[in-house]
Amino acid sequence: MNLAQANTPSPNNNNLFAKIVNWFGSTLGKILVSILVPAVTFIVLWQGYLFLTEANAPQIFQVIVAIVWGVGGVALLYLVTDWLVMKLPAKAARTLQPFVFVGPAIAVMGWFLAIPVVRSLIASFRNALGTQWVGLDNYVYAFTNPRMLETFRNNALWMVFGTSFSVGLGLLIAFLADRTKAEVVYKSIIFTPMAISFVGAGVIWKFVYTYKGTGVGIQEIGLLNAIVSALGGTPQPWLNIAPWNNFFLIVIMIWLQTGYAMVILSSAIKGVPAELLEAARIDGATETRVFFNIIIPYIKGTLLTVTTTIVIFSLKTFDIVRVMTGGNYGTNVIANEFYLQSFTYNDAGKASAIAIVLLLLVTPVIVNNIRSFNEQRKGF
Amino acid sequence: MAKGQKTTKRTQSFWTNFVLILICVIWMVPVIGVLITSFRPSEDIFKTGWWTVFPHKEDIEIDRVVLPEDVDVNGPITYGGKTAMFEEWQRGIELDDGTKATWYGNKRTRTLVISQNQWVGFATKLTLENYKDVLTGKTITYKDAQGNTITRVGNNLGGAFLNSLAVSIPGTIIPILIAAFAAFGFAWLEFPGRNIFFTIIVALLVVPLQIALVPILQDYVSLGLNGTFLGIWLAHTGFGLPLATYLLFNYISTLPRELLESAYIDGASNFTIFTNLILPLSVPALASFAIFQFLWLWNDYLVALVFLGEKNQTVTIAVARLVGEKGQDWHLMTAAAFVSMILPLIVFLALQRYFVRGLMAGSVKG
Repeated sequence: MNLAQANTPSPNNNNLFAKIVNWFGSTLGKILVSILVPAVTFIVLWQGYLFLTEANAPQIFQVIVAIVWGVGGVALLYLVTDWLVMKLPAKAARTLQPFVFVGPAIAVMGWFLAIPVVRSLIASFRNALGTQWVGLDNYVYAFTNPRMLETFRNNALWMVFGTSFSVGLGLLIAFLADRTKAEVVYKSIIFTPMAISFVGAGVIWKFVYTYKGTGVGIQEIGLLNAIVSALGGTPQPWLNIAPWNNFFLIVIMIWLQTGYAMVILSSAIKGVPAELLEAARIDGATETRVFFNIIIPYIKGTLLTVTTTIVIFSLKTFDIVRVMTGGNYGTNVIANEFYLQSFTYNDAGKASAIAIVLLLLVTPVIVNNIRSFNEQRKGF
Repeated sequence: MAKGQKTTKRTQSFWTNFVLILICVIWMVPVIGVLITSFRPSEDIFKTGWWTVFPHKEDIEIDRVVLPEDVDVNGPITYGGKTAMFEEWQRGIELDDGTKATWYGNKRTRTLVISQNQWVGFATKLTLENYKDVLTGKTITYKDAQGNTITRVGNNLGGAFLNSLAVSIPGTIIPILIAAFAAFGFAWLEFPGRNIFFTIIVALLVVPLQIALVPILQDYVSLGLNGTFLGIWLAHTGFGLPLATYLLFNYISTLPRELLESAYIDGASNFTIFTNLILPLSVPALASFAIFQFLWLWNDYLVALVFLGEKNQTVTIAVARLVGEKGQDWHLMTAAAFVSMILPLIVFLALQRYFVRGLMAGSVKG
């Protein structure tokens, strides 16, 4: 903004400063400045980039530079582009300015999400290295190979059991906690796992399931095996027993996602009009009936949204499986198979086909989102 | 009648609290176990469960007896008035005086450990050693279950922590900045293609990011962006933008029209209106999304794994590597897990209200 102000001709031209200001106002000056400013911006950013990629400065210093450079750079780019556009004739400026605002977002989303959909689609019809067309081979693999069928089965387990338990438990806790004094405490405890990474949760639960092996004088250090031995059972390597190990992994998802379902559903339950509940209770309805006949129908919409979100989560599940079993012992899932195909076996064709399968699985949600968005904003 | 109702209410309330407490205990115990373990000395962790830090009854060694050379260890062995085979001694035999004798190690040791079942109080042998070991990138030593000293290179979680900051802070601010500009543009400026572009953004909300990994990695390799902070910021910006734009659009488009119009009349440019009016007014929405994005970035594993790899590793990668390479080193893994959790937990607990608000607004995203 300060630079733009330099263009206003100064009323008294008799000092050197005013002369310089005036020179900046001339057409030649304008052009020069218009080139100079972006050039300087570019050089500053480029130097920052070189520093970050090559420097051997102490890590903490590099990190601070990285933060300042990244955040400042983006702000600077907007400032400079807007300033440049405003230099143009008024009409052109008015047409172009909206694109200064939305352009970067559209460009980045195009590069990172929209165009990759097309590129992955093309790659899914080509071979491992992307050198030849192979027709539908990759999709034949994706839909018929036993490895893939196993991942479909497991993802179905995640989807059905993970989602129903997360939503069910979340609903139960939200409903019960609503009528207690310590509601905030209960809800905070259940909700907190949301802040924990899947990798961290993996460590926590791996420790619960850990197995020391059988032998004399061995004391199990994993909680589950300790409980099993205390009850007179034999300790088991829980994560190696197919297909039950899938359920031990799904428990982690439930542990993480119940809090999400609970928070959203809890606020929906609080939205049920008190008069409605009061009226039902006066008519002698039991709490169970109030729950099923009034609360559930009232929060149906929210229930559907929460379920959809968790279903999508279960379809994309990756980190938990990767950390806990690496997809071995019959616990492979679609997203892990995608990871293996693209980064372990370097088969871009199969990997892309799997990614497209994932996309197809969420397509109904995409269509629904667009439809409801258009309904909401008729006058957009 | 009234009294009966009161009792019913009380029983109901009791059971409600009982069920909730039970669920909360189940929810918390795994975390408590890891937290306690992270402060225990490594030898103890390998030998006994973490719950033994609480008062409990345990067999405490009070004496060791070495059997004379003339005892045939392959036949029945007699000690303390009991006669049994080696295998039974190995499992431990209750003696008449209430103590227990257990064979130590293999047959050749000829040693019996005499122990007594006693009450043990709270464990006081707690240490910060595990945290020190896991944070450093230098050589560390610790003891394994048999008491052998192990020396190896630390996992440098301290460095990973800094890297995670370098990924998460710009990776949170950059998309918010870009999204705020775009949301303002979509909400208040007229331009061709506005409808189409925004519909595409809504469609991109749930596109699985797996679809982008292979093509973007190809681009990064040819641009030399692989393994750089810039690369991962751009990636997180790309993947976070649809939700950020959508949320901020919903918020910014509801700001009162008169406010903006009067600013236009006063001659303010779009840019000034944006920086001086829209941004300050949108702070609640920006904060909600910022927490959301920060937690997501800090806890992200897949994107960091693909675009950063082991160069500039983040905490999630460091922890996952530790689990992969040293799957039994619980003293390191538990401490590492806590190092990775501490910052998001603080952010989360301090700013929960904003987080919940963002969650509600964003529940269309997968």
